[in-house]
Amino acid sequence: MKQWKNFTKGFIKDNPVFILLLGLCPALGVTTSAFNGLGMGLATTFVLLGSNTVVSIIKNVIPNKVRIPSFIVIIASFVTIVQLTMEAYLPDLFDSLGLFIPLIVVNCLVMGRAEAFASKNNIGSSIVDALGMGLGFTLALTMLGGLREILGAYSIFGIQLIPGVTDGMLVFVLAPGAFIGMGYLIILFNFLKKKTA
Amino acid sequence: MAKKESTFINMVLTLLLVTAAASFTLATVYNLTAEPIAQAREAKRQNAISQVVPEFDRLESRMFLPPDGGDSLEFNFAYKNNELVGIAVNTWTNRGYSGRITAMVGFYPDGRIFDVVHLQHKETPGLGDKIDKSKSDWSDQFKDIDPETTLLKVSKDNGEIDAITAATITSRAYCDAIQRAYNTFADHILSQTKQEGGPEL
Repeated sequence: MKQWKNFTKGFIKDNPVFILLLGLCPALGVTTSAFNGLGMGLATTFVLLGSNTVVSIIKNVIPNKVRIPSFIVIIASFVTIVQLTMEAYLPDLFDSLGLFIPLIVVNCLVMGRAEAFASKNNIGSSIVDALGMGLGFTLALTMLGGLREILGAYSIFGIQLIPGVTDGMLVFVLAPGAFIGMGYLIILFNFLKKKTA
Repeated sequence: MAKKESTFINMVLTLLLVTAAASFTLATVYNLTAEPIAQAREAKRQNAISQVVPEFDRLESRMFLPPDGGDSLEFNFAYKNNELVGIAVNTWTNRGYSGRITAMVGFYPDGRIFDVVHLQHKETPGLGDKIDKSKSDWSDQFKDIDPETTLLKVSKDNGEIDAITAATITSRAYCDAIQRAYNTFADHILSQTKQEGGPEL
């Protein structure tokens, strides 16, 4: 029961993007379409899972003063693994996300979970936490990407909603649309959080 | 297990071990993915070449310097039954809205454009990315034009290319890349063809 709560907290109650406001750079930068959001979310989930697992395993052998550099090296290694694997097997997704993959290293969500959760909890809880937080992040990015894609290009996951019409409200594809969409989704999630609390 | 003390020797050893493990893992992953990455890139290049030249059965690559300086361009000469049917030029521009755009421009041996596809770009999704053939048929307008008689500039600059709505800079950059390919092509190949009655390639 405790683990279930640990897992689901990432979706609404502690949603990394809309409630904790962590990892905003990729959340605003890549979410021009639902597919990009989903890809970035899953890549981050993988890095989070890897770093949380390793950090919780070695948390006791890392001296306190060098824990942050060690965590960063671990996270950066997982990010590079994701980057190489994606370029090798998913070249199309790499084309649209490639620029943002190295930024996962400085995504404070990953660092934050390593420091605040994995370094204090056992491996089981850390994996559950990483999955919950990662999927919550994926959910947030896909929602924001979907919203921007629907309003900005009248399509969702690349499928046209109105045949023949491709030019939507361009502002939603551009950077300001990310902030506007983000604002409305923060309102929605705070509303949901109050309701479920 | 108690937490390790932050003594100098502990810290150095820990960081050494962590970085060594990380380098070892990364080297392994790099070796595993090096081949698929090279394959994916090569497949992309081949695919781009076959889109911009007529059907061919043999390919020869050579590098040429553009007349106005900068990185050299890769020319892929496509032959069918030992006859030159087209030249695919891997060209670039640094005038994109967000950095470099690379494209593959295909020419007929007489200098007309067969077709153009982009290779890499970082243009704004939804606006500048309409240079991508899968997103819009905008780049089809370059088909069959002869850059010697047609000015490769957007209509805002008195040229004959219709710019992408709300992405004039990207359109200008794309024209610049194609013009660079044509200039190099004209400088190295066309001038030869005219002097000697045929390229000696």
